[in-house]
Amino acid sequence: MIAIIDYGMGNLRSVQKGFERIGFAAEVTADPARLLEAQKIVLPGVGAFRDCIHNLQQGGFVEPILQVIAEGRPFLGICLGLQLLFTESEEFGLHKGLGVIPGRVVRFPEGMQEQGEKLPVPHMGWNQISLKAETPLFNNIADGSNVYFVHSYYVKPDDSTVVAATCNYGLEFCAAIRKDNVMATQFHPEKSQGIGLQMLKNFAEMNG
Amino acid sequence: MLTRRIIPCLDVTGGRVVKGVQFLELRDAGDPVEIAEAYDQQGADELTFLDITASSDGRDTMVDVVRRTAERVFMPLTVGGGIRVVEDIRRMLNAGADKVSINTAAVSRPEFVNEAAERFGSQCTVVAIDARQVPGEQRWEVYTHGGRKPTGIDVVEWANRMESFGAGEILLTSMDRDGTKDGYDLALTRAVVDAVSIPVIASGGVGNLEHLYDGFTTAGASACLAASIFHFRQHTVQEAKQYLQGRGVPIRMV
Repeated sequence: MIAIIDYGMGNLRSVQKGFERIGFAAEVTADPARLLEAQKIVLPGVGAFRDCIHNLQQGGFVEPILQVIAEGRPFLGICLGLQLLFTESEEFGLHKGLGVIPGRVVRFPEGMQEQGEKLPVPHMGWNQISLKAETPLFNNIADGSNVYFVHSYYVKPDDSTVVAATCNYGLEFCAAIRKDNVMATQFHPEKSQGIGLQMLKNFAEMNG
Repeated sequence: MLTRRIIPCLDVTGGRVVKGVQFLELRDAGDPVEIAEAYDQQGADELTFLDITASSDGRDTMVDVVRRTAERVFMPLTVGGGIRVVEDIRRMLNAGADKVSINTAAVSRPEFVNEAAERFGSQCTVVAIDARQVPGEQRWEVYTHGGRKPTGIDVVEWANRMESFGAGEILLTSMDRDGTKDGYDLALTRAVVDAVSIPVIASGGVGNLEHLYDGFTTAGASACLAASIFHFRQHTVQEAKQYLQGRGVPIRMV
């Protein structure tokens, strides 16, 4: 069973429907005990870092998340679900994350430009990823594929070997990480049409 | 490089897609879910549904349209029209929308935009601005209630204020151009693009593919919204993208 963690933030239905479309059942759950019964776990997330980490704590999700990661079960973070894995975030003051991946979440700098036009923040829309490391998540995914992003903050891992893909928006930033059984994307596979569904399929087919 | 977005817009009432000329003369253009799937196939970058009835029973119909669409297309979906309270947003997001656009309610109570952004994030909080040029001047006034009611508010100042309240994107419609096929109001769009740091979607008036090009280049829009040229099959989204790519605009081809 694939469990999608519901901690009261945003649109979880698209992730669930994405798995269903490619033939895998996924359960949206607000019950931390269900995570321990799942073969694979997805941590989605939109909204503010502070509120999300607060909701994970209040919902009793932190310990079960750390446990399933330590046990080696395939784990996928999406967007804020990537950022939450890090040590800390600068969004609305400094806030501690789950601490699974050492590093910090920072905002795109002010005043970025490209070809004489300023670059708006949030970084919103379809952009290309450069694949940097082998991961089953990117099976049958071409280098340079367009995926859908919407975010104002990005992750800076201390250890660059966890970077699985990068993207350019004023600067080169980390678009995906992989460390053992933990994978996470800054972009939204569930909103990236066929390419995104392929990644969900790759995740669903991994050996847990 | 971030690609520029093409966003087909579906005006929905009573569960059907319609398109009017300056909000009059509604013509039936089909089933929203089927049309959404067709645009998905053609490579649209996002979809926007505008509920142009926005009565309370109409909203239930809209929630259902969003739910059925989100089961079949896996791309970003924005819903606007009649979004007045936090609960309206929650219902749309739970049905499968990624963003909501707030228009009249933002003017009535600007703090609502702030509440939406704090609760659900700026990334899903779009502020829609309906603008009309002040006759004989290079400035524009905000209108509400589907473009019928003048507010006396300056569009550029309003866009700045909405950004400071946490809006993550501006959907900017020229009421002077809407449905005319004369092209976007480029001066209006450029003025807002230059004033804010968030993405701006140009809307209102597209009649041909060159108008899209002008919206991205002359006006600097992050995204171009269009309805009629796609609904009535004057062009497919794919044709529009091929044209824009040929003219050097960064575009996602599928």
